[in-house]
Amino acid sequence: MTPFQYSRATSAAEAVQSAGLEAAKYLGGGTNLVDLMRETIERPAVLVDVTGLSANIDEREGGLLIGAAVRNTALAEHRVVRERYPVLARAILAGASAQIRNMATVGGNILQRTRCAYFYDDEGSRCNKRTPGQGCDALDGFNRMHAILGTSPACVATHPSDMCVALAALDATVHLEGRQGRRTLALTDLHRLPGDHPEIETVLEPGELITAVELPPLTMASTYRKVRDRASYAFALVSVAAALRVEDGAVKAVRLALGGVAHKPWRAWKAEAALKDGPVTAEAFRAAAEAELADAAPLRDNAFKIELAKRTMVSVLGELAGEAA
Amino acid sequence: MNILEQAGEAAKGAAQGVLKKAIELAPDSWLPGGRPDPLIHHQHGHVGKPMSRIDGPLKVKGAARFSAEFPLVGMTYAAVAFSTIAKGRIATLDIKAAAEAPGVVLVMTHLNAPPMKPTPLFMTHSKAAGGDNLAVMQDDRIHWNGQPVAVVLAETQEQADHAKSLIRVEYEAEPATTSLAAAKAQGTGPGQFMGEPLKLEIGDAEARLVEAPHKISATYRTPRQNHNAIEPHAAMLVWNGEELRVHDSSQGVAHTAWSLAKIFDIDEKQVNVTSPYVGGGFGSKCLWQHQVLGAAAAKLAARPVRIALSREGVFRVVGGRSLTEQHVAIGAQPDGRFTSIIHTGVTVMTRHNAFPEPFIVATRSGYAADNFKLDVEVAYIDMVANTFMRAPGEAVGTFGLECAIDELAEELGMDPIELRIRNEPEKDPTEGTPFSSRHIVEAYRAGAERFGWSQRTAPGMRREGEWLVGMGCATGTYPYYRMPGGAARITLTRDGRATVAVAAHEMGMGTATVNMSIAAERLGLPLDHVSIEYGDSTLPGVILAGGSQQTASIGASVIAAQRVLVTELLKLAGNDSPLAGLGADQVGGYDAGLAKLDEPERHESYASILSRAGRDEVVAQASAPPPLELQHWSMHSYSAIFCEVRVNAVTGETRVSRVLGSFDCGRILNPKTAASQFRGGIIMGLGLALMEETEFDERNGRIMNASLADYHVPVHLDVPPIEVIWTDIPDPHTPMGAHGVGEIGITGTGAAVANAVYNATGKRIRDLPLTLDKLM
Repeated sequence: MTPFQYSRATSAAEAVQSAGLEAAKYLGGGTNLVDLMRETIERPAVLVDVTGLSANIDEREGGLLIGAAVRNTALAEHRVVRERYPVLARAILAGASAQIRNMATVGGNILQRTRCAYFYDDEGSRCNKRTPGQGCDALDGFNRMHAILGTSPACVATHPSDMCVALAALDATVHLEGRQGRRTLALTDLHRLPGDHPEIETVLEPGELITAVELPPLTMASTYRKVRDRASYAFALVSVAAALRVEDGAVKAVRLALGGVAHKPWRAWKAEAALKDGPVTAEAFRAAAEAELADAAPLRDNAFKIELAKRTMVSVLGELAGEAA
Repeated sequence: MNILEQAGEAAKGAAQGVLKKAIELAPDSWLPGGRPDPLIHHQHGHVGKPMSRIDGPLKVKGAARFSAEFPLVGMTYAAVAFSTIAKGRIATLDIKAAAEAPGVVLVMTHLNAPPMKPTPLFMTHSKAAGGDNLAVMQDDRIHWNGQPVAVVLAETQEQADHAKSLIRVEYEAEPATTSLAAAKAQGTGPGQFMGEPLKLEIGDAEARLVEAPHKISATYRTPRQNHNAIEPHAAMLVWNGEELRVHDSSQGVAHTAWSLAKIFDIDEKQVNVTSPYVGGGFGSKCLWQHQVLGAAAAKLAARPVRIALSREGVFRVVGGRSLTEQHVAIGAQPDGRFTSIIHTGVTVMTRHNAFPEPFIVATRSGYAADNFKLDVEVAYIDMVANTFMRAPGEAVGTFGLECAIDELAEELGMDPIELRIRNEPEKDPTEGTPFSSRHIVEAYRAGAERFGWSQRTAPGMRREGEWLVGMGCATGTYPYYRMPGGAARITLTRDGRATVAVAAHEMGMGTATVNMSIAAERLGLPLDHVSIEYGDSTLPGVILAGGSQQTASIGASVIAAQRVLVTELLKLAGNDSPLAGLGADQVGGYDAGLAKLDEPERHESYASILSRAGRDEVVAQASAPPPLELQHWSMHSYSAIFCEVRVNAVTGETRVSRVLGSFDCGRILNPKTAASQFRGGIIMGLGLALMEETEFDERNGRIMNASLADYHVPVHLDVPPIEVIWTDIPDPHTPMGAHGVGEIGITGTGAAVANAVYNATGKRIRDLPLTLDKLM
């Protein structure tokens, strides 16, 4: 770990001001950032601890406004979340371990770095994310966990968050505060695909801070399914966040997002379009999944993810349709 | 090897052959274990009763001190930098920034490391403990990707870690062999294990296979696996003049002390290694570079050193289980009797170690057949030296063999348990020696009944929602070993208290607890009058906590020491004692004294004997006899593992829902600690079956999943209810009638899971681990 300065912010404005320096980082639960600092992959000169900022969960216009410092455990256990947004509660509980969820914050979860063994191996491997232009050892290396959608020759890493996949499906917006003032963004617009600059993972401006996440009302049945290599404490090979409302035997409303397949939480717009107003049948679900994965590009070890994503989508939609029926 | 050496080796081999035959033919009574241990017949004492671990409360309170927890005055903290190429030399080493970083005491590299001799490689000497035979940090050569290239000592761990990150190394890489294909293309050599070739041919197995009306022939693959004990390797070392004091996490304190003495060219008595608690060993807690580097850096700095490997460091510095590619073929008659067993294949190791994963050893004595062809070939790769990992050989060898038997049963249309029972050998099928105690058929019958084996359906026939349900079973075996070198000391005091001292190890399995109860019973003392000293290289014995042999080794050592003690006590008792005229073999410990074995009223208490003799204490020390019994009988632990799995038809996810292990391991000395060993082994077997795999990048020989986030072992939710039962039939030829229980649990488990997956899905996966992509 490289030596750094540490300060604690008592307000968002103070945090943004403290982070005015270059190479400052906001510290939430530290469950990802501190790991990366130990590996010297992150070397912030300044850490601004923002865990003292809003940890409130407020009902607002039928939805929820969630403070960025809310711990993952608190969010998953919140009554309204469990009752109205089961997809979010299940996604959070599918992630990490109880100890990590107790520490991790909503803002930190969103801003965790993508996972890739070659990114984490700062001494022995090449990575365009760590050293832009260096090359990518994952392209022809171990890439079973890696992306099949939206990849670039520069990077094939995946965003590891489960919570974000649910937030993407829920049309969540992210409240930001920075030196230029406040703004909101759709969560689906926050993370970037790697393109030629995988080192830039979000559209946040330097020093911009996530202050809250807002959920609009949800009037659909929803759920989250995570497929992984062991029963707990493993990143998703594929995960599906879904919400569905069936009326008169047709899909009235649907939201779908995929995890474990891309550099960002992947909103399945194509599948949603294929399903909207269509029949509630396994064939229709399969066709929608095919549409979403049509552009999927397998690597050496992860071709199975394409079929796995399709099957999991069909299964989850079937489960929700059964619930709705 | 020149002609003279070859002749010498041949003569040695011939002499060994004659001796081996003589031991086989010798009367039982001439051999260790020829006379049953009297303790076998004690039915109402401490042995055989469930007893909680005496170290349990200390560990729960966090008061048990592990190797990195002995603060030393003036201590420095070490951080280790690892190479990033597999082979070549260090071209430039820039340590300036590191040396100038805050708190740094020194940076040690090959340029300033003290002179050290090559590490004595395990099994090249009875006390050699090294994972490889390389000299540590003596030149600029790189032998594997991850080899230590520099050590930083600093005032705090954080300062050491930071300074380490400032070291810049440039290499001149040389062509390395880092892929299995390349290694095989360079040619393989014959494997050797414990001084014997891993090759055996009886009859003409290939010809009989061709003729066989029923047969299976398939290739099974098992991947590299790495050690991940809960306590990463760590040591604290300090020099007092020419004497080296080491707090280590060790499963071989005497071995490590001797080996460190060789490396630093000092007398073995000048090194003291202690290891009161070990947070898991599994074969990995022997001598690797970190202890050597710690001692060297402590010498250079003239200050104590604490060197605690990071989790990544354990992957880089400590070897794991090597990969195997096994070909198994079995020919059978229509009634299921095997005519031919072939088990051959390839494993990889390095040029600087000598441990080919011996995957055929379980096949040597598993089943009756007249024709055998067994062969392990070795290919060489530039990597960290592979090593022992819980049931080396058997854990992966039983995967190939026991899956093949399941496949053959399917082909024959027979129940796989019936097929195994039909091929139960009457004597060791390759050695010809009698079994000392083998009750695997009883274990199978009891296990099948308890597990509900009769409910098993045809493959792919049972489905609950998305989940396909299946059952499988497999046999596990692990040899009974007792290594040479065992010794113990008993100190008996006039107040009727005894201390047993032996250089053994408590790695969490209950060694101290079990041996306290055995000693108490053998000496006829209450439990609270007996204490055990262990984990210290200055104590008697060269006893490895490995090969599931420690309890047997301690047992035989204590029997020997007790005989010396009894002889001395009888001498002291003299003619005025009720014991007068009796010999050492006629008496035993009873009711805080000695009594005639078949006439317990002829008794005199220890207190009485010692006070009449005017003695405060009697000290008896003796060595265990050489383990000749191993060549006279075929001795093994056995298990029948039953497993129920659920495989998701949509995603291919496999979840094990139930396991039952039915064990035949002689007498169970402590049902509580033994059950934990069985269960722990089975859990490790579930990891081997479902998820454990080292990602060794064949492009550069680098391990890419060097963390517990990426290297998967089972988590709580992966572990179903595990029931364990046992035959509890004593082996009349072993101390206490017991067999080892530490490694048997993992054996057979991989195959039981794979066989259950086949029964659930109709898909035969011959490649571990059984990840979902193979089942979709």
